[in-house]
Amino acid sequence: MSTTTARTDERARPAARKGTRKKASTTTAHRATASDHRLSLLRQMLVIRRFEERCVELYSSTKIRGFVHLYIGEEAVAVGVNEALRQEDAVVSTYREHGHALARGVPADAVMAEMYGKVTGCSRGHGGSMHLFDADRRFYGGNAIVAGGLPLAAGLALADRMRGGTRVTCCFFGDGAFAEGEFHETANLAALWRLPLLLVCENNLYAMGTSLAREHAQTNLAMRASSYGMPAWTVDGMDVLAVEAAALQAAESIRAGNGPHFLEAQTYRFRAHSMYDPDRYRAKSEIEQWKERDPLQGLADRMRSEGQLEDRTMEQLEQDVLDVIERAVRSAEDAPAEPVADLLRYVTSEPGNTP
Amino acid sequence: MNTRRASTKAPPPTTYREALREALREALHDERVFLMGEDVGRYGGCFGVSLGLLEEFGPDRIRDTPLSESAFVGAGIGAALGGMRPVVEIMTVNFSLLALDQILNNAATLLHMSGGQLSVPVVIRMTTGAGRQLGAQHSHSLEGWYAHIPGIRVLAPATLDDARHMLAAALADPDPVLIFEHGSLYNAAGVLDPTIEAVDLDSAAVRRPGKDVSVITYGGSLSKAMAAADILSGDGISAEVLDLRALRPLDDATVMESVGRTHRAVVVDEAWRSGSLAAEISARITEQVFYELDAPVQRVCSAEVPIPYARQLEEAALPQPASIVDAVRLAVS
Ligand SMILES: Cc1ncc(C[n+]2csc(CCOP(=O)(O)OP(=O)(O)O)c2C)c(N)n1
Repeated sequence: MSTTTARTDERARPAARKGTRKKASTTTAHRATASDHRLSLLRQMLVIRRFEERCVELYSSTKIRGFVHLYIGEEAVAVGVNEALRQEDAVVSTYREHGHALARGVPADAVMAEMYGKVTGCSRGHGGSMHLFDADRRFYGGNAIVAGGLPLAAGLALADRMRGGTRVTCCFFGDGAFAEGEFHETANLAALWRLPLLLVCENNLYAMGTSLAREHAQTNLAMRASSYGMPAWTVDGMDVLAVEAAALQAAESIRAGNGPHFLEAQTYRFRAHSMYDPDRYRAKSEIEQWKERDPLQGLADRMRSEGQLEDRTMEQLEQDVLDVIERAVRSAEDAPAEPVADLLRYVTSEPGNTP
Repeated sequence: MNTRRASTKAPPPTTYREALREALREALHDERVFLMGEDVGRYGGCFGVSLGLLEEFGPDRIRDTPLSESAFVGAGIGAALGGMRPVVEIMTVNFSLLALDQILNNAATLLHMSGGQLSVPVVIRMTTGAGRQLGAQHSHSLEGWYAHIPGIRVLAPATLDDARHMLAAALADPDPVLIFEHGSLYNAAGVLDPTIEAVDLDSAAVRRPGKDVSVITYGGSLSKAMAAADILSGDGISAEVLDLRALRPLDDATVMESVGRTHRAVVVDEAWRSGSLAAEISARITEQVFYELDAPVQRVCSAEVPIPYARQLEEAALPQPASIVDAVRLAVS
């Protein structure tokens, strides 16, 4: 246990990295923009948080089933990174992807309906929590194989490169995935071919119940990634502004043709690995310590102290977000189930479904 | 006069390897198509299939990859999602196991898991089979494993014409297609049928009509079945030889029609018997035309050992014309 605590302490906030955004907000005009922008970040994180809290209730009341992996605590990563991405960019995700999907703009209704296995779900109920897809938003899953999305992301980046243009593919994965061969094969391939790929490693210190130090001989992940010849750095994953600044810098550099970049976001999941996990492998005190760095609280506090957030605004925000989530639940409840008659659909393409 | 001379002059002979190369060359005229794999470029393909294509189409389209089957097969799947039409070459089916996760968990499932949103028009080619004394790790026939998987199409071109024409049809398919080329076929030489311009991927072919027994096979075993049929005809046994061509989806109709006529069936499959494609076909015959059968379905498969190196052992392990002849005699006795 002491190892983990020591490691936690090592995580000093990378102070220098995000200076630019703060400096830019010194004039009043900028401050107004910055405050709107920050409010939008806060709102997005809140949507993810409340969505998942509602999922816990729905899971307990057996409305939704399967493996459900919550992202609570890690919201700043999805929201910060997504700010750096454009509509034409692509996102490849994992089984812990509610946050990535919502940040990417997949409607909460469609995500919730997918959890219910309804026909209005973003994968028509064929995917479930771990397999969210939205082709129109270039959201390519939703992959329950640890590291399975990495080669796909390299391929999407390759296609974009071969077709010209400056699209970026962003791939989220965990510290556990970093130990898989697929990460290393992909890093090598992407760096060798200078693919427009943003590799975002969400280091939440655990792969299920195995802590970072028990899964990696060398725990400095950015250093290892940089050995493939790509820019790699570490960012405080509990600070959405820091994540956004780092991701912007990486995305711009990728668009400028500098090949893949690696971003390690140091973060923490406040909940168990999945709804099945009794969470026996980490100390309550460790979790409590991390909760003090709650990314939502952190941003809200900062905005308050800089005069950008009033209690009234916060209450309004909470209410708006609750409405969004309740609407999503209601529409999922009301939607028709994907009919059993469609069981064998989408195994192979249907006529007229040709890309 | 001229026309007559042209029609009587034999077209130039070609090899299976050249037929595959010609198919690739034609496919590469579509800007979305590119070939990717280990040693496909400078080396010319480890079986020489892509020799010369690098010079013709450049390194962007004929793409040498690092040794990383999972990454480059997965990248092919991702590139297909991204609007390209990749042709991925894996040296042999034995090495494809390092990419099995990508093929099974991504290529075959993305369409379904996404509720029909994401189709994966990737073509994956690889060598399969034994017969060249390469030892176990280069000699296995695992295409039947892939034929087990819903969501992909599995092809086995056994003839020059199929080698020449299956790729175009595979690339026109919006779903993942795996093409298995038997290693012993690359040097097979013959003349392409000039009347064939396209093939369909759904039908098995009757390669030799007959009336006493249906010999059902595919890929590298086709020539052995044909040789067996020759021997049998000397004994007055008329064997019909079926080439499955597509291992998934299986063309039940052609198989059942044939067995319904001959009332006897022998399945020849270079894979191991247990849990094989031969087992599947035998089961389907029993399910669908049991009352037409005059004898139990026979199977000729590889011995249940890792394929050995020594020539005599390897030959003994694999289906051979003689073992097919024996099985047919048993079926018609
Ligand atoms: C290839 C593979 N091996 C094992 C698993 C089981 N599994 C699911 S999540 C997980 C931990 C992954 O940890 P990490 O990559 O750090 O992501 P996190 O869950 O922390 O977000 C494991 C071992 C799996 N899904 N896929």
